[in-house]
Amino acid sequence: MRKVAIASVGLTRCTSHRWDVTYPELIREAVDAALTKVDLKPADIDAVVYGTMDPFDGVFASERWNVDACAAAGFHNKPFMKITTGGTTGGSVGLGGYYHVASGAFDTVLVVACQRVGESLEAQTVLNTAVDPIYERWIGGGAISVAANQAVHHFHHYGTTEEDLATVAAKNYSNAVLNPYAHLRTKLTVEQALATPMISWPLHLSDCCPSSDGACAVIFASEEKARSLAPKPAWIHGASQITDNYYLGDRPWFHDWDSLALLGRRVFREARIHDPLKEIDVAELYTPFTVQELIELEALGFCEKGKAAEFVRSGATALGGKLPVCPSGGVHTTNPIGATGLIRIGEAALQVMGEAGDHQVPNVRRALAHAWGAVIGFHTLMVLGADTP
Amino acid sequence: MAEALKKEDVLILNTSWNLPFRHTAGAFGTRFFKEIQNKKIFGVRCPQCRRVLMPPRPFCEHCYVTCDEWVEVGAQGTLEGFTICYVPFLGLPTPPVAMILVKLDGTDSCLQHILREVDLSDPAKARESVKIGMRVEAVWKEERTGSIGDISHFRPV
Repeated sequence: MRKVAIASVGLTRCTSHRWDVTYPELIREAVDAALTKVDLKPADIDAVVYGTMDPFDGVFASERWNVDACAAAGFHNKPFMKITTGGTTGGSVGLGGYYHVASGAFDTVLVVACQRVGESLEAQTVLNTAVDPIYERWIGGGAISVAANQAVHHFHHYGTTEEDLATVAAKNYSNAVLNPYAHLRTKLTVEQALATPMISWPLHLSDCCPSSDGACAVIFASEEKARSLAPKPAWIHGASQITDNYYLGDRPWFHDWDSLALLGRRVFREARIHDPLKEIDVAELYTPFTVQELIELEALGFCEKGKAAEFVRSGATALGGKLPVCPSGGVHTTNPIGATGLIRIGEAALQVMGEAGDHQVPNVRRALAHAWGAVIGFHTLMVLGADTP
Repeated sequence: MAEALKKEDVLILNTSWNLPFRHTAGAFGTRFFKEIQNKKIFGVRCPQCRRVLMPPRPFCEHCYVTCDEWVEVGAQGTLEGFTICYVPFLGLPTPPVAMILVKLDGTDSCLQHILREVDLSDPAKARESVKIGMRVEAVWKEERTGSIGDISHFRPV
């Protein structure tokens, strides 16, 4: 495996409907931003990895429509690969870009993910089509119901409360105000969060992410290319994916996230991280629902099982804390689903490169990017660092 | 330019997907639903890890071995997980609806279903009456057609 780094990141403004641009135009916005930043032309890109979750957009096989905007077609005729793995789509395309370069097959790879959840008039109904049609779909389950089950369990086993979840919400909203690319950019107090409507017990509206339109483009490059393109590339120190089985009912211990814990140990070993809290400076976790931030902190060993609420209350996860979590505002305030995992990688890279803007964490040596998908059974992790591995 | 563009001046096209599909339940699902029609619930036992899996399936994905021992399980069980949905979503069941995971007696996995005969209207009160660990039982439909809906719902024992 060759050394690989991220040389550039392009983000778009995310809102509940980017009515000002078509689907390809939204993608081009992200791709242009990533190319321009390092003065690359489409001809300099060797291959493209693209990701989306088609049904949210109402366009099946949207790569056909978007290949032009990914700088992959027309005059350039690039190799192009599409990856779709639910919520981890963005994380998987990141891995795809990494493997493309690490393998030696390509030197400069453009990774693109886009989603227009804002063009879907009911995301929960789309999510329900992902549920087993023989036994389970009729109940009406989707991402919210799975996350609510996680919260019920965390409350039952660890004594977590609605106030704890509201504390996570207030932290993420306050971070999003600093991020010009975030969707929900308003302050939210714990009291205001608790006063929002109950969606699915015990999750309030304030515990749930919005439906967002947005895109992200990231350039993965070989050691030589990365050094020539970026003054301070973000090196990949470790990265992988894990899968758990489909049936939620086979593993009803939702207060702990075993698959993520296992993946964390694998990736931290690869990145030679022994004490994640000491050795990781910032984490962009995949948290469409507040409770997941708590369970992820515990699974990844940033705190003991059942102690995440206390950890959050101590201020450790806020900007300026020991481990800022989702300084961008995270998935909780911005969720263009198929692009969201790649935005985590992009934000983590920007933190390492010192280019995160108003939500920059000082002196980041190592950053962690996470995504989850499927029936809370898929995860991707990537550790990015300032030092050459 | 985007700055000059006004939302009210932009053309928005409304489309929808309404596509018919047919899903086979396979041999295992077909037998499961045939038994359900006779008010019997079956799982399969993995010959290696000995877990009784339900819904029944032809292989255990932990051990990757074939399962063919059918085991009848109870119509009563323990609530292992739940949420109560309070808002309507397009085309999904009318709220409030308690989605539950119930571990039927004699199984090692949970069935997803719904809980009724409990007042769910007030979340604060519902949290006192719906709890992890509570005992529940299947309520059968009078007219059964061999589908998961033959169990109308679960209710507290």
